[in-house]
Amino acid sequence: MKHNVYIYILIMFAVIYAIRVLPLTLVRKQIKNSFLRSFLYYVPYITLAVMTFPAIIEATQSPIAGAAALVVGIVLAWCGAGLFPVALACCATVFILELFL
Amino acid sequence: MKSEKNNRAVFLRGMRDGLPIGLGYLAVSFSLGIAARNIGMTALQGFIMSWFGVASAGEYAAMTVIGAAAPYIEMVLVSLIANARYLLMSFALSQRLDPKLSVLHRLLIGYAVTDELFGIAVAQQKPLEPAYSYGSYTVAIPMWAIGTALGVVAGNILPQSIVSALSVALFGMFIAVIIPPAKQNRVVLLFVTLSFAASYAASRLPLISSLSGSARVIILTLVLGAAAAVFFPVKPDETEEADT
Repeated sequence: MKHNVYIYILIMFAVIYAIRVLPLTLVRKQIKNSFLRSFLYYVPYITLAVMTFPAIIEATQSPIAGAAALVVGIVLAWCGAGLFPVALACCATVFILELFL
Repeated sequence: MKSEKNNRAVFLRGMRDGLPIGLGYLAVSFSLGIAARNIGMTALQGFIMSWFGVASAGEYAAMTVIGAAAPYIEMVLVSLIANARYLLMSFALSQRLDPKLSVLHRLLIGYAVTDELFGIAVAQQKPLEPAYSYGSYTVAIPMWAIGTALGVVAGNILPQSIVSALSVALFGMFIAVIIPPAKQNRVVLLFVTLSFAASYAASRLPLISSLSGSARVIILTLVLGAAAAVFFPVKPDETEEADT
């Protein structure tokens, strides 16, 4: 049986959209449960951290350049730099280092 | 911050913060487009998929289903697994919206809960202003979709050094989101460090490293998040302060 690419995309969209929108529309109250509150407070930072490392050293041609970008990003963000400067500095670090590595 | 009641200013701030994300998206979606081309998708199909999917791992997983011409039910299951972390993010985001915010706004904000756009949304003061998200979406989503279409059409014309450099833009933004709260809150700092270590270990250890990347993210987030919540419960007023 031949499948239609657009139907595949439609199914993918329906599932992803449901996942994204159900919590936003169904959960209107502030959650009282202490465990759940704390869990949801920590989740964003943990999930972003998990996705950052070691993925950042696998995304670049040279793992050293990726690791250097991680360090540069952490130092700049720690010193108060915003999203764009940090992202740009990470890219520049990789670009420059990979010229030599 | 109180002076920013003006929706236009908030929208523009969203666009500004969405720009680095959009640039990172161009690089990532470009490589996604190459994968789409390899399974015979057209540029239009790639564009539509990214316009509606707005998910890197989710779309890549979907392409494996399309490439294998698998049954439609497999697309349902794969999409559920590959995108489950968005459920957690949307739950977290629901706590940052004004409880009185209309359903229409909620339906629109939910459209593009991605790692990055969620990341900058949680870095905003509570309650999240919808205009901020709309501004970031307006810049980032078209770049995501266009990048995918370009990847299908142009293949490997960008030099590898540029692709490599652009690919860390996304991680740079993640870092910029997680480091400021980690600096202020020692528990967040501890768990960011633990997350790095656990994630590295999970990518190397037998068994767990054979799971898909997105399954590992789900498992580690659940385990570490639960541990943090059990051992370091957050007091209601503390959450408010740490969020700003």
